[in-house]
Amino acid sequence: MTNVKSTCVEVRLPSRLGYEKVAMSTAAAVAKLMGFREDRVDDLKTAVAEACINAIEHGNRLNEGLSVGVVLSAGDDQLEVKVIDDGKGLKALPPKPDIDRKIHGEEDPRGMGMFLIQALVDEAEWVKGSNGKSSYVRLVIRLDKVAE
Amino acid sequence: MQSETKARVDQLTSPAGHPVTVLRFEGDIASTSKEAVLGSYQALPKETAKLVLLDFTKVDYINSSGIALVIQMLIEAANSGQKVYAFGLSAHFTKVFTMVGITKYAGLFPGQTEALAAL
Repeated sequence: MTNVKSTCVEVRLPSRLGYEKVAMSTAAAVAKLMGFREDRVDDLKTAVAEACINAIEHGNRLNEGLSVGVVLSAGDDQLEVKVIDDGKGLKALPPKPDIDRKIHGEEDPRGMGMFLIQALVDEAEWVKGSNGKSSYVRLVIRLDKVAE
Repeated sequence: MQSETKARVDQLTSPAGHPVTVLRFEGDIASTSKEAVLGSYQALPKETAKLVLLDFTKVDYINSSGIALVIQMLIEAANSGQKVYAFGLSAHFTKVFTMVGITKYAGLFPGQTEALAAL
């Protein structure tokens, strides 16, 4: 298992909360094979989990008849993860969460998933499906060459 | 699929002589953890449990829904004049709690000894 260049791994999850952990474990296994540091693997796990939770809850609206696709593409120096659901996609990115507003009851305590995704990976983009379905979030995490 | 959240309450005294209520969590902290996280906190007597210490030593997975439960606890604690602290988070979740700003309202410590020494 020394050569994972241009390798693609796909996982299909039921739209049931908790199954994001299957995608987390798979992403972590691929990232470890690629040589990511442990702290970056942890970042990736949280970002993938949050992307899957959004897909299950908001994209597929917890409809267990629909599944969430997770496609991991391992390149030379980066890992790309696409999390695909049957929703229409985002209208707009939510504002950055504000802990003071949350504590003072001016903002919902929830709503931190997308902020965490953006903060923990090198690239994150949300893409609407062309047919009003098959929207996805694309995450990229890069190998840190300096630390290798 | 998610590991059930368990919560246990311990009463300790800090080296400075203050009573400290420790909420020890085990399992995942996620959307299914409301009863374990908020329920166990809300069952504490507000008049006497003024210092609340959260033990995450046996928690492996916390997602944004779980973080939201912790924030809901902090909101209730702020309204009740309680102070909340935490220990036992992994380096990753220490970073995540810091990113979302929880450290502004709940001091984080590496372990129970360090936490109690500061209270």
